[in-house]
This record gives sequence, structure tokens and C-alpha cells, in this order.
Amino acid sequence: MHSAWLIPVLPLLGFLLNLLFGKRAGKAFVSAAGVGSVALAFVLSVVAFKVMLAAPGHRLEIGYGEWMGAGAFSVPLGFVIDPLSGLMMLVITGIGFLIHLYSVGYMGEDKGYGRYFAYLNLFVFFMLLLVMGSSLPLLFVGWEGVGLCSYLLIGFDYDLPDDVPAQAGLKAFLYNRVGDLGVLMGMLALFAAFGTLTIGDILVKAGHLGPQLGFGLLTFATLMFFVGCTGKSAQLPLYLWLPDAMAGPTPVSALIHAATMVTSGVYLIVRMAPLFQLTPLTMDVIAWVGAATALFAATIAIVQTDIKKVLAYSTVSQLGYMFLGLGSAGFAAGFFHVFTHAWFKALLFLGAGSVIHALHHEQDLLKMGGLWKKMPVTGWTMLIATACIIGFPGTSGFASKDEILYLASLKSPVLYWMGVAGACCTAFYMLRLFTLAFLGEPRDAHAHEHAHESPATMTVPLVVLAIGALGATAFGWPAAFGGSFRIEAFLEPSVSYGAAAAEGVVRHGGNPALMAAISTALALGFAWWGWSSYKGGLALAEARAAKWPFLHRLLANKYFVDEGVDAALVRPLRWFGNLLWKLFDVIVIDGIGVNLPAALTRVSGDFIALLQTGRVRNYVLTMGLGALLLLYVFLK
Amino acid sequence: MAHLLSGGLQGYVAVALLLFVIGLATVLLRRTLLMQFMGMELMLNAANVALLAFARWRGGDVQGTVTYLMIIAVAACEAAVGLALVIGLHRMRGTTDADRTASLKQ
Amino acid sequence: MTTWMSTHLLSFLVFSPGAAGLALLAFPERQARLAKLLGLLVAIALFGVSLRALSLTPDASGWLFLEHRPWFSVAGLPVDYRLGLDGLNLWLALLTALLVPVTMLATWSSLAKREGTFAGLLLLLETGVLGALLSQDMLFFYLFWEGMLIPTTFMIWIWGGEDRRYAGTKYFLYLASGSLLWLVGLLYLAGQAGSFSPELMAQAAAGLSLHAQGWLFLAFVLAFAIKFPIFPVHTWMPDAYSQAPVAAVPVGMLVKLGGYGFLRFVIPILPAAAARHSHVLAVLAVVAILFGSLVALVQRDMKKLVAYSSLAHMGFVLLGLASLSVIGVQGALLQLVNLGVSTTALFLMIGMLERRAGTTMIADFGGVASRMPVLTGFWLLAAMASIGLPLTNGFVGEFLILNGTFTSGFAWGRVAACLATLGVLLGAAYLLWMTKRVFWGAENADPDGGTAKLAQDLTARELAALLPLAALILWIGVHPRTFLAPSDRPVAQLLSDAQAPAPAAPALGTAAGSAPLSEVHE
Repeated sequence: MHSAWLIPVLPLLGFLLNLLFGKRAGKAFVSAAGVGSVALAFVLSVVAFKVMLAAPGHRLEIGYGEWMGAGAFSVPLGFVIDPLSGLMMLVITGIGFLIHLYSVGYMGEDKGYGRYFAYLNLFVFFMLLLVMGSSLPLLFVGWEGVGLCSYLLIGFDYDLPDDVPAQAGLKAFLYNRVGDLGVLMGMLALFAAFGTLTIGDILVKAGHLGPQLGFGLLTFATLMFFVGCTGKSAQLPLYLWLPDAMAGPTPVSALIHAATMVTSGVYLIVRMAPLFQLTPLTMDVIAWVGAATALFAATIAIVQTDIKKVLAYSTVSQLGYMFLGLGSAGFAAGFFHVFTHAWFKALLFLGAGSVIHALHHEQDLLKMGGLWKKMPVTGWTMLIATACIIGFPGTSGFASKDEILYLASLKSPVLYWMGVAGACCTAFYMLRLFTLAFLGEPRDAHAHEHAHESPATMTVPLVVLAIGALGATAFGWPAAFGGSFRIEAFLEPSVSYGAAAAEGVVRHGGNPALMAAISTALALGFAWWGWSSYKGGLALAEARAAKWPFLHRLLANKYFVDEGVDAALVRPLRWFGNLLWKLFDVIVIDGIGVNLPAALTRVSGDFIALLQTGRVRNYVLTMGLGALLLLYVFLK
Repeated sequence: MAHLLSGGLQGYVAVALLLFVIGLATVLLRRTLLMQFMGMELMLNAANVALLAFARWRGGDVQGTVTYLMIIAVAACEAAVGLALVIGLHRMRGTTDADRTASLKQ
Repeated sequence: MTTWMSTHLLSFLVFSPGAAGLALLAFPERQARLAKLLGLLVAIALFGVSLRALSLTPDASGWLFLEHRPWFSVAGLPVDYRLGLDGLNLWLALLTALLVPVTMLATWSSLAKREGTFAGLLLLLETGVLGALLSQDMLFFYLFWEGMLIPTTFMIWIWGGEDRRYAGTKYFLYLASGSLLWLVGLLYLAGQAGSFSPELMAQAAAGLSLHAQGWLFLAFVLAFAIKFPIFPVHTWMPDAYSQAPVAAVPVGMLVKLGGYGFLRFVIPILPAAAARHSHVLAVLAVVAILFGSLVALVQRDMKKLVAYSSLAHMGFVLLGLASLSVIGVQGALLQLVNLGVSTTALFLMIGMLERRAGTTMIADFGGVASRMPVLTGFWLLAAMASIGLPLTNGFVGEFLILNGTFTSGFAWGRVAACLATLGVLLGAAYLLWMTKRVFWGAENADPDGGTAKLAQDLTARELAALLPLAALILWIGVHPRTFLAPSDRPVAQLLSDAQAPAPAAPALGTAAGSAPLSEVHE
């Protein structure tokens, strides 16, 4: 499997081809290079996955020498393919391929077609590096690289007069950077602790340690890693960039901001699971932040009117569930939710993209309605995805979400009820979205008239994703309902890394069936409520908003967090920078330190210059007198 | 007076002194650059006379004679440069009055 | 000729640009184009010759190339003609030789007057910089160090903007005053050692009291700190950079000598004082990083913004040097190269915008990407390198520095490293915010603004200037070992000679289960 380097390099090649020749070569070339390279990478990933399954210990390590190093610090250039990274590679290249294919139709009219595919290919390259890298710095290359691609793709329409995409891209990059610093500091701490940054070596060494109860280097490192996750995976308090990121093209939202990049935080924690299990403090933080995010974002999604914004907050909320699962020591459960979510959320976004495409870039839910008849494929696949995300019994969302809620209930009942409340909100806003878009009467006759089903390059990915969303249950089905959570055993070599599972973590007991029944029943009730509130149009919702104006304003303005950050952080920083510049540089250093001595020199010079009359005879006289004085002194 | 003219050292030194004072006075009292310049030449020649006189007094010391020759050469160069400067100054300002050219600036 | 060259390679590299530069200065104004062309050819040829350095192998004491003979004596102190190339200055010297033709190409048509003189001064500067980089004798070094001031000051005076008088004079006095104080210390130490050789000076310094060493350290550091520049002696820099005809000249050619001189001379000569006072330097470094970044955030002029960003970057260099660890110093050395590559690229591109638009104010631009897509592409690459994105050169340098600082074994190391990472964040903030305002968005509709005057994307010559820099950015980022390997041994040697405190061993057990928990909780 020495040729594993081809898997990330193929998309990189696609990027280079599209970057250099994309403008001149025409659309057929761009599509072939862009989609083809990812398709090939997918085929190779499947091969690599099979080889990995056959390998002893389900683990392939491929090294290509040293990447960087100095003194005692050395980072190898190497890849690891194990169940965890193998599965991620399949998701990235598989769903990535579908979304590339979808983009051929969706972006067909765009003048930046070549540039778009170049960025998208570059993203796949970095994402593959992130999951395949055998060392933390290599993972970090991918980690920051996907942030760069996210920045470029959110700001893809850079020349719009309203500046929104460019601003959103900048915001995404900076919020991500805050998180990246966390990862950076975590790496520094881990190197100080273990003297290596190769993931395998760290985990082996960590396997020999007991739980870290105080606030030591390891707790610091894992907490910092989690800070990185809050940035990349849009958790409280760094989630703010993700809703704005919807300014990018819709396929980008599906691939980067729903299916792959935002889940890399979960990947990081699962990858370093043995380390996280040693630090109970971090695990608590992860669980509570996850639960809070799940609930918080779901409440905001209820009142958003932009179809992509609803889905964006929904993504933030679903990511919260994943972290709730991880924090409850359910590494497999959290990762399984990544897997199922990748299918149904990509499907939701692509479905939304199909609607937006059909309505000529109308994203306002309030202007949609009655599309079910016009767009049957989109409608059906969206319905399937909605069923998955609200956890309808029998779907993949049911399997993954209820496993997480069950594990959370073992950790703390409060966490469980927060999760259930979030699930209820999810059910409500998803049915609201579906009802407003597809059911009822058309609210914008003109747009509705022109609406049409999307071309095959767009509907085929929808159907494939829908099949995947339903079929993902094959990987795991709660034991309480007669299945087995296969993914847990499958991921075992990656998660435990040979060491025995940490003690003191409860993984059984309670009543899983009852827990699932409660949450599902409540969610279905809220789903029904969501449907019935909007099936007759907007009147009921408007009446409610008028009844609780404060609550509605609070939610519609996303709890005013953006404004708060601006007032509490951005403005003071600029003010402080100005102060430093004007006060220190201009007044203290330049004024008192530099220009004042210069001025003093000039003044004293001017004073002495009074003697310099410029008349030669004065000088000669002075000279003569001086000579006389000397004569007197010498001859005395 | 007689011993002054008899070829002793004092006579030469006296002449040198006289020349030097005349030169100094010229520089100090005249305001025309050309005259000041000539005063300076006089002062140089005063030094030359003194040098030669002392050289002979010391029994034909070569050093004094050589220095005298060097001063003559330097003075010639200096005269060339100085006169050129004076002419240039006159062209630019139309005057060679030293007091009216007190600034190096244009 | 070949035999002479094979024994005098360094002398040739140091002195031939200066000779060519002097010849160019004698060209009359009407032959400026010819002079410019000749200058470019000479610079390219010299870069070609300098590449011979890559084929050299180090001798037993680490020299790739050494020219050493007695020269003259000052007051009984022998001054040696001693030029040496080793792993510490190899890449910096090559970078210098590369940047001269690159700068000439990038500014080919942006100077309003006396283009031949500019080429001549640039070549003279090359002699100064290469001479200082390669000198292994303190007085020799000092001569080149001061000599560099002359061409650069004239560059600011002749081709600068409106404030060129102030900026040039300030630049000259600032740098000269620091050097003079240093000269006093240098002469004192030379008197003690009876020589200007760094080795003998180190021996003499070791015999002095700690107090005296401290004062010498201050005198030495001040000169290098001003050249660096380091907070709070940095204020010549924003003025000089924004007035210099091509701000890239000082940043690419000059400032790397501050860090290099500190590493080459201060640490080996005054190791005890360096170890004692390194925490002060680290604090200054962190302050420089945060201060530079915050002030860069609010700049309205692109040149000043990038100037303050280079203040922050130099803070990283100082932090790495102050860590006195192999990892950190290696990172600092690489970061010096990085600064010469990516910040130079940024400045060159600002110069290209200025030539077309006649302004560098951020508010005059907007939507440049639509007009100059190729320039925008290069800009993004250089900006990402400056921000320290992985796979570009900036990441490797910053990461090594932070790593070296974090593990340097001093109590402050961890705090300093964590604070310095904030600079990485702010770096992204000011540079990308500026990128957004200048390059993204709708085209600036103001007909007198900058964007409206951007008629043409990069010319072939500008492309030729930027391509090598872009290649270096990626090369260092993807395969940093090329650039780190030559300095592995010299740095380790230098630090062990200096008896720097050993880096902390990994805090957690390297052997199975051997780490007691008490070690883990700090």
C-alpha cells in the first residue's frame, strides 16, 4: 500500500490542472479533472480500505521519510489507514464525488467554474491529509488547509457589491483560527509531555498512564484540542461563523459545512480517544458544551427564514449531539452520528440547493411552498432526509442519535433532557422547513411557475445519498431494538489503541429502550406540531410571533451574540491597537524618545551656530587671537 | 640695525614676522577676497622665509628646504583652486566681498 | 580564473557586486537604461555564482568555505580578513543574492528617476549585506554592518515619498547610534582579548565579571535589536518602509542581519549573559508580537501594515533565539529566511500596485481581484505564508519557534509560547482583513481611486520576480529539511559551546509506566 500517497495527491493534481488551465481549457476539461480526480481517489480509497481490513490489527502505516525536524523534534511524513481514517476516507471521497458531480449541474453557469473546482479539489486534498496523517502536525496541515479552502469557497463570489461572501469568509477563517491555536497549543503541550508528535507513539505512551485528575499538561492539551474542535466543528462559543458560511455555493455548504470539514473536530477527538479518556475534566467539558450547543442552535433554527440558515443551525446543533456522545465516552456513537449525519445532511443541503436552483436563487422559505408536485425527486429525497434527522424510528438518525442520548443519560440526566429538548426543536424546525418549502400553496406565483426539477447530474446524487442515509443503519442499530452496534467493534482498534478501556466509565445499565421511546415520542409530537403550524400558511406563526415579540426577536437575532462579540471584542481590540499606535509609537517612542532628542540637538546646534557668522575675517581674527594665546601659554 | 643686515638669523626672522603681520593684516582688514587671498600668500611666504633661515642656521638642514619646496607646490595648487573659486563666486554673485558671501548656500 | 575562484569564492561574491555597483554609479543619466540592464545581468550572474555554495561540503569544523589571512592592526589589535560560509549563513547569503535581481525585476519600471543609480546602490548594498553575513572577524563585520547604512539611506533620500528626508535621517541616526554604542563595547572587549576574533573575545568575556558581561550584553543587543527591529526601538521601521522606494529592500536585505548577528556573535561571545537575560528578550519578543499585530490591525496604509506585521514576525525570531534551544533557534533561522521571502513578496506586490495606482492607501482600493487575478493569486499565497499556514514556509518557522520556546525548560517558556500563538491569530486578522478590503468586494468606483487605474495584470518581468519567491514559499513549506539540514550541526554546536541550559526532558514517562503521577501534575 506504498502508493497510498496517490489518494490525496490525485485531488491535488486536479487542483493544479484546474488552477493553471481551468480558465482556458473549457468546462469539459474542468469537469473531467475535477470530478475524475475525486472519483479515482474514491476507487483507490475503496482498495485501501479492503487492504486495511485484510491487514493484521486492521492498521496500515505508510512512511515516506522525515517531513520536518530540528534537534530532538522530528515529524515523519506518513499516513495511517485504520478503520477510523478508512471510513472517513470513504465518506470524504464518496460523498465528495457525489457533490462534485452535483456541482457540474449546479455551477454550470458560473464564470468561475474552473476556480470553483480547483478549490473543491484542494479541499478534498487537505481533508484527506487531515484524516490520513500519521502525526499531529500533518493532521494540522489538513486542519488549517480545509480552513483555507473554506475561506476561499465561502468567499467564492468575491466581487459581489454587498461584500457578504467576502466578509463571511474572513469571519470563518478567523473563528477557525482561534480554534487552530487551540490545536497548536495542544500539540506544544503534547510534545513537551511525550517528546513526540506521532499519533501512534503518543497513544502508546498514554496507554501506560493513569487518569489525570488535576490540571496537568495532558488536561491542558486535551482542553486545547477541544477548543480547536469548537472552532472547526462550530460549537459554543465559536459556532458563529458557520451560519454566515452559507454565503458560499450550496454544494460547498453540503460538502464542507455539513458532511466533512465540520466533523473533523469529532474525528480529532476519536483519533486521540485514549488521551481524552485519561482526562475526565475535558470529557465533562465536551459533554456539557455539546449538549448546550445542541439545544442552543436548535432554538435559533426555529425562526430562521433562509432555508440554508435553518440547515446551518441544524448542523451546529447536530454537531453538538456528536460532542455530547464523545463527552459521554461514546466515541463510536459520536462518530456514528458523523457518519449518518454526513449522508442525510449532505442530502438536505443538496435538496435545498436543488430548490434554490429551481427558484433562481431564491432562498427565502416564506416565498416557497407547493413544490412537491413540481419537484418530486427532490421532495421525496428531502422527506427521507427529514425523517432521518428527526430520528424517525427505523432511520439512521434514530440509530445514532438515540445511542448518544442513551449514553448521555448514563452520564447525567440533565444532559439527556437537554438532548431531548434539542431533538424536539429539531423535529419542529425540520417539519416547518419541509412544510413551508414543499407543501401548502405557492406563496410566490412567479417563482413557482418557473420552478422545475433539476437535471440528472443533480438528482442522481440526491437519490444515492438518500439510499446511503437509509442504509447507514447497517453499520449500527441499538441493541435494545434487536440490532448490534457494529461500528463500535469496528472502530475498536482505532479508539482503544490496544489499551484496555479506561475504568470508571459506565457504558451499560439504565434502560435504553425507555430512553429512546421517550425522546422519539416527544420528537414525533413536535414534528406533528411543526407540520400543523405551517400547513395552512404563515398566519399561525405570525400570530405567535406577535404574541411573544421579545422571544421572537431574541431568536430571530440569534441571541444577539454577533453584536455582543463585536462590542466586547472586535471594537475594543481595534481601539486598543489604535491606542498603542498613537500613544506608544507616535507619542512615547517617536515623540519623547526620538524626536525630542533630535529637537534638542537642533536647538543647541542653532544656539552654537550664532558664533558662525560666515565672515572669514571673524574667523581669522579668532584664529589669530587663539594663536597669540597659545604663544603666551607656551612661552610663559 | 647693522647686525640685522649682517646675515644673522634674527634678520630673517624679523622679515618673516613682518611679512606675516602684513599678510594677517591684509586678510583681516581687506574685504575683497582677492586681497585676502594675497594676504594668505604673504603669510605662507613668511613661513617659507623662516623655514629657509632656520635651515641654514642649523647648518644646511635638508628638511627645511624640502618643506619649503613642498609648501611652494601646495601654495601653487591652492592658488589655482582658490582663484577658480573666486572667479566662480564672482560669476554667481557678481561680488567678491567676503562679508557679503557669508553663507555657503545659494 | 577557475583556480582563483575556487580559493576566493567568498571574496568574489562579497566584493564584485560593490565594484559593479560603483561602476554603475558613474553612468550618466541618459544611459540609465543600459546601467539598469547591466546591473540586472550582474546580479543574475552573481546569483548563479553563489549557487556554487550548494555543492560545498563542510570540513571538520563545519566550514563550507573559509578565507582567512591576517590583514592589518589597529592599536596593536590584529584585524583578520576572514570570510566564512557555514550552515548558519548559507541560506541567508543565497537569499540575499537572489533578492537583488528579484528586486530589480520587480521595480523595473517603477522608479521615476535615476534607475541606473538605484541598480548601483542595490549592488553596493549586496556587498554590505553579504560582507556582514560572511565576516568572521568582529571589526570586519562592523565595517560592513555600518557600510550597509549608506546605500539604503540614499535610497530613501532619493526615491522616497513625501517624508523621505525625515525617514532617511531617522533611519540613519537610529541605526548608527545603536552601532556606535556597540562599537564601544566591541573595542573594550577587543582590548581585553587582544584580538577581534570572536573566539578569543568569547574567552576574554568569560573571564569578566557577570556585571561587566551584562553591560557588554546590553551594548551588543542594542545594536542588533535596532536592526531587528524589536519593540521599543522599532519606530524607524514604519517610516523607512513606507518611504523606501521599494520597501522590500530593507526588509529583504537588511533586517535579517539583526537576528543573524545575535545568533552568530552575541550568543557565542556572551553565553552566560545571554542565558541570564534571555527571559527579558523573550518578554520583549512577545510584546513585539502582540504590539506589532495590534498596531498592524489599525493601519490605513498597506506599506505600514506590512511593516508592523514584520515587527511581529521579528518578534517570533527573537523568541526563538531567546529560547536558546536547538528547535527554537533552528526555527528562528528559518524564520529569517521566511521573512526575506514572504514579506518581501508582499512588499513587492504592494509596490506593483503603487506603480499602477500611485497610492498604497487601503481605502483607495477594493475589488482588485477582478482586475488583477494573477496578482491576487500570488498575494494570497504570500499572505498565507505570512499568516503561517501549513505547507507554506511561515508555518514551519513559527511552529519550530513555538515548540522550542514551549519546551525550552524555563518557567516562562510555556506562557510565552501560548501568548505568542495569539500573534498567529492576529496575523490572520490584520492581513486577511486588509486582503478583503483591497482585493475582494466590488471594484472601487472612485475614478481617482486606486482600482480604476489598474489597467494591466502582472507583466512578464513582475511575474519573473514573483515566481522564485512563490516557489521558495512552497518549497520551504513542503520540504523544510532542505533548509534546516545545513544548520543542524552548527546550531547544536553553537548552543552546546554556549552551554545553554538543557531543554526539559519530556514530562511524561518515555519508558513504560515509569512516570510517577507527581511529575504529570505540575
